Amino acid sequence: MASVLLASVIVIATCGLIYELIAGTVASYLLGDSVTQFSTIIGCYLFAMGIGSWLSRYVSKNLVSFFVKVEILVGAIGGCSAALLFLLFEHIYSFRLLLYFIVGLIGVLVGIEIPLLLRILKDKLEFNDLVSRVLAFDYIGALFASILFPLLLIPYLGLVKTGFLFGMLNAGVALWVLYAIGDDAPLNRLHKFSAVLVMVGLTLGFVYSDSLMDAAESSTYQGHVIFSKSTPYQRIVITKAAHDIRLFLNGNLQFSSVDEYRYHEALVHPVLSAIRDPERVLIIGGGDGMALREVLKYPSVAAVTMVDLDPEMTRLFSSNEMLAGLNGKSLRSPKLTVVNRDAFVWLREHADAEETQRFDAVVIDLPDPSNYSIGKLYSLQFFKLLHAVMSDKGIAVVQSTSPLVARYSFWCVANTLRAAGFHTAPYHAYVPSFGEWGYVIAADHPYSPPLHYPEGMKYISPETAREMFHFPADMSQVETRIQRLDDQALVRYFDKEWSEYLVY
Amino acid sequence: MKISRRRFIAGAVVASGLAAWWKYSSLFSGRSIPGEITGASSVAGHRLRERNFPAPARTLKHEIVIVGGGIAGLSAAYRLSKAGNHDFLLLEIEPEAGGNSSSGKNGVSAYPWGAHYVPLLTQESVVARQLFEEFGIIKGQDKNGLPVYDDFFLCADPHERLYMHGKWQDGMVPNSGISAETEAQYKRFFALMDSYKNLKGGDGKKAFAIPVDASSQDAKWLALDDLTMQEWMDSQGFVAEELRWYVNYCCRDDFGVTFQETSAWAGIHYFASRTGRAANAEMGAVLTWPEGNGWLAAKLGERVKGNLRSKAIVYKVSDHGKSVTVEYFDQGSNESVRIEAKAAILAVPRFVASRIVRSDRFALDANGFSYAPWAVANVTLDAMPSGRGAPLSWDNVAYRSPLLGYVVATHQVAQMHPTQTVLTYYWPLSHLAPAEARKEALARSYEEWQQSFVSELLALHPELKDHIRRVDVRLWGHAMIRPRKGFIWGSERRQALLQHPPLFMAHSDMSGISIFEEACTRGFRAAESALQWL
Repeated sequence: MASVLLASVIVIATCGLIYELIAGTVASYLLGDSVTQFSTIIGCYLFAMGIGSWLSRYVSKNLVSFFVKVEILVGAIGGCSAALLFLLFEHIYSFRLLLYFIVGLIGVLVGIEIPLLLRILKDKLEFNDLVSRVLAFDYIGALFASILFPLLLIPYLGLVKTGFLFGMLNAGVALWVLYAIGDDAPLNRLHKFSAVLVMVGLTLGFVYSDSLMDAAESSTYQGHVIFSKSTPYQRIVITKAAHDIRLFLNGNLQFSSVDEYRYHEALVHPVLSAIRDPERVLIIGGGDGMALREVLKYPSVAAVTMVDLDPEMTRLFSSNEMLAGLNGKSLRSPKLTVVNRDAFVWLREHADAEETQRFDAVVIDLPDPSNYSIGKLYSLQFFKLLHAVMSDKGIAVVQSTSPLVARYSFWCVANTLRAAGFHTAPYHAYVPSFGEWGYVIAADHPYSPPLHYPEGMKYISPETAREMFHFPADMSQVETRIQRLDDQALVRYFDKEWSEYLVY
Repeated sequence: MKISRRRFIAGAVVASGLAAWWKYSSLFSGRSIPGEITGASSVAGHRLRERNFPAPARTLKHEIVIVGGGIAGLSAAYRLSKAGNHDFLLLEIEPEAGGNSSSGKNGVSAYPWGAHYVPLLTQESVVARQLFEEFGIIKGQDKNGLPVYDDFFLCADPHERLYMHGKWQDGMVPNSGISAETEAQYKRFFALMDSYKNLKGGDGKKAFAIPVDASSQDAKWLALDDLTMQEWMDSQGFVAEELRWYVNYCCRDDFGVTFQETSAWAGIHYFASRTGRAANAEMGAVLTWPEGNGWLAAKLGERVKGNLRSKAIVYKVSDHGKSVTVEYFDQGSNESVRIEAKAAILAVPRFVASRIVRSDRFALDANGFSYAPWAVANVTLDAMPSGRGAPLSWDNVAYRSPLLGYVVATHQVAQMHPTQTVLTYYWPLSHLAPAEARKEALARSYEEWQQSFVSELLALHPELKDHIRRVDVRLWGHAMIRPRKGFIWGSERRQALLQHPPLFMAHSDMSGISIFEEACTRGFRAAESALQWL
C-alpha cells in the first residue's frame, strides 16, 4: 500500500503540472500575450494549491478514501479541461472567468493531494524519510511533465488528447489505490464505479477528440488553431500567433488582424467617401464584420444590410469577445440587419426593390473565385442584378483578388462588371499578408475618387488613393473573357494563375 | 440487477470499443431506402393489347382529337389553340402529360424522368424557335440577328465530367492517360465533325440538319445511313478505344442503341447537326431546367389544360374517310367514351398507332420501327456528391459504365451551396435486343433496380452512403425510336411520313431520332394539316 501511494506521487505530480501547462497554453493560444497568461495561470494555480493544502486539514477520517475521491475528480476535471476550454471558447461571453475557475478548481484539488498523502503515510515511514521521498518524487514528476509536454505531448497528441490522457492517469491512480486496498466496502465499490466511469468517459474523449480539434489541421497553419468548425458551407479556422489573429475559410486566408485595416480601409472608403451622405449600405459577404466597422464610421449611414450565407460566421464574430474586439463590435450595431441567405437568391428576390429600399453603397467582400460555387457571385448575371438594388447615387465595390498574381482574374472581374453595364474604376492596395490586392468600383455613373476621408484613417488618404488607381505595367489592363454562369472563365483564370504562383 | 465489477469493466471496455468501431467502420448499413418504381403505363399498355374494354357509355363531339400527350401531342394542341381552335381533346394515357419529357418534384427539387435538355436551336428549327420566343427562353436578338437566350436557362458551368482511372476529369471526352495516337484520332474526328457542320448538299441544304427532314438529299450523304456507326468508324480508321467508347456513349445517350447498330448517318448527325448559335453563349451550349424538358412540357400544357383528358387509354381510332371515331377508356371513371370528330392527330409512337387504328383505306404497320427500353432513377440526397478531381458538374459520367451517368437537378439553381439534391441516373438497356431487355427489366424487382443504381452511385461516391434519402425508378418500355442502320432514309420511315386525312401522324419516331425539335415540329405540322383539312 505504502509503495503504491509513493509511486503514485510521481504520477499525480506529473498530471498536476500538465494541467497547469495546458491551461497556460490554451490561454495564450486563445487570448494571446503568453507572458501574462502563463504568469497569471501559474499564480492562480499555485495559490489555489495553497488553498487546497490548507483545506486538507479539515479532512479528518477516511483519508485514503478521500484521496481516491480527489484523484477521480482531478482526473475528470483536469482531463476534460483542454477540451472544455476550446469548446466553450466560442460560446461563452467571459472566457477568462471560466479559465480561472477551472484552473482554480484543479489547483485546489491538486493542492489537497500531497498533504493528504503525507498524512496517510506518516505512520508507515520515518518523517524525514517520508518528506524527502514524497517531495523528491513530486519534483521528479514536475520534471517529467515539463519535458514531455513541449517535446512529445503537444507535437504528437495535441492539447486536447494530452488532457484526456493525463486525466486517465489520475483515474488510474484512483483505481490502483482501490485495488491495493482490496476492501470491498460499499463506499469503495461506489468509488470503483465512478473511477471506471471517468476512465471510460476520458477514453471516449481521447478517441473522439479528433473531431474537436484536428491535429493534422493544426500543422497546416502557421500559428495555433484556436477555433475550427465545419459548417454546411465552409470550414472556418481561426489561428493565432502572438498578436496576429487570422481567419481562414476553406484554407484560404481572409484576414490577418495585423494588417486587415489596410485591406478594409481600401475596400470601404473609396466608395463610402465618394457618396454624399450615404444612408443605406449593403454588404455582401463580410461576415467577419470588418468592412462593417469601416462603414459605421459614417454617421449618415442609417441602415446596413449584410447578406452572408453562413450564420456561424456572423454569430462567431458578434458573440465572441476576442473576435468582436477585432471588428469593434460592429456586428452588434442596431443599424445592422443580418440576412443569412445565399446572396444570388436574395438578390434575385430583390430585383424589383422600391426606390426607398435601394442602397447607396454596396460592398462585396466575398472569398476569391476559387470554385464554381463562389464563382457564381462574380458572374455577369449576378452583377446585372446589382443595378436593381442600387440607388441613383449608388456605388459598388468588389474585392477582386490580386492583380499582380492573378492579372487575368482581376481584369476578368473588372471586364465582367463593365459588360454588366457599369462604369468601373479598378484600383489596388498593398496588404502585406495578402500581397498586392485588387478592387473594382462599379457605378451607373463615372466615378471620381473622394478628396476627403473620415478622421483616423491609418492607411487611406487622397495621396494613397492616387497610387491606388494607377496600374503599373506588370498589372495593367488585359482583355479577358467574361465570367458567365454558363461559362465560368474567371474560375479557370483564377485556378491557373494562383497554381502557377504557388509553384515557386 | 447487481453488476459485478469485472462485468462492469468488461462492459465499459466493450462499449468504448464499440463506440470507436462505430466511428471508424462503415458496416452500419442495410437499412432500406424509400422510393417506388413506375413504368410508363406498362399495365395500361398491356391492357390495350388485351382489348377488354367496356362498350362506350357516352358519345362526345369535337372537331379534333389528339391522341398522346407527349411533346408532339402537346405541341399540336398548343398550335390548335394558338390558331383559335379550342374544340379539341387531348387524350393522355398517363396521369400527367409530358411523355418522354415528364418530370417529378419532391421537397428537394424538381427532376426529369426523361429528356432533360435542348441544344441551342439550329436555324432550321423554326417551330422550336417560335416556342422558345413565346416562352421567354429566347428574349430577343443582338445586332447580328443571333438569339439572346435567358441566361438562367443556359446550362451552368461546369457542364460535364468523366470518372476515369479513379479520378474525375473535366469534360466527357476521355483524356486521362491516352496515347498520342488516340489524341491524333480525336483531333481528326472532331475536325471532321466540325467540317460536317458546315457541309451543304447540291440542294443547298445542310448535310445534317435538325429537323432531320431539312437535311440535304444528296445521295452521297444519305448513303451513310446504310452503314452502322461502327462500320463507318472502321472505314475511317477511328480505332482508338477511348474515341470509340465516347462515340458509342453518345449513340446510347441520344438513341438508346449502341454504335454497332446505330446508322452512321444518325451517329454523325449527333455530332454535326448542333449548329445553333446564340448572342450570349458558345456554340454547343445547351438549355436545361431542374425538371429537364418537363419545363417545356409544362409550358405547352399550360395553354391547353382545359382540353386535356389524362388516364385515357385510346383503344380504337376508326377512320371513316371524312370523319373519325375515337374510343377511349377513362381509368378515372372506369368507363369507355366515344368521340366523333372531323380529324384525329395521332401523337403516339407508330407501334401504338398501328394497334389502335382501323381503316378500310390503308393499313398502318410499324415494320422497321424499333424502340429502346430505358431505366431511369431519381436519387434524392441530403448531401452533395464530391469526388477527387473535377468538381460536381451538370452531367457526371463514369468511363465504361453500362449506365450513362447522372445529371444534377439542382445544377441550375443560382444558389452557391445547395446542401441537398436529386440525381437523375440514365440507363439505356442497350445490352440486349429490345424485346429481351424489356422482359428482363420487367422481371427485376424494385429492390433489384434500386440496388443496381445505388451500388453504381456508391462505387463512385462512397461518401454518400448515409445520405441517400429516396430512390425512385421508372422503366420505359419504349423510350425512343432506335435509328438503326438504314432506318433514317429507308422506305419504312418514308412510308410513315405519308399522312392519311382525317388521320394525321405526329411523333418524333417519324424523324428517326427522339428529340424535342423533331417532336414539336411534327406536332405543329400535323395540327396545321388538320386545320387545313377541316
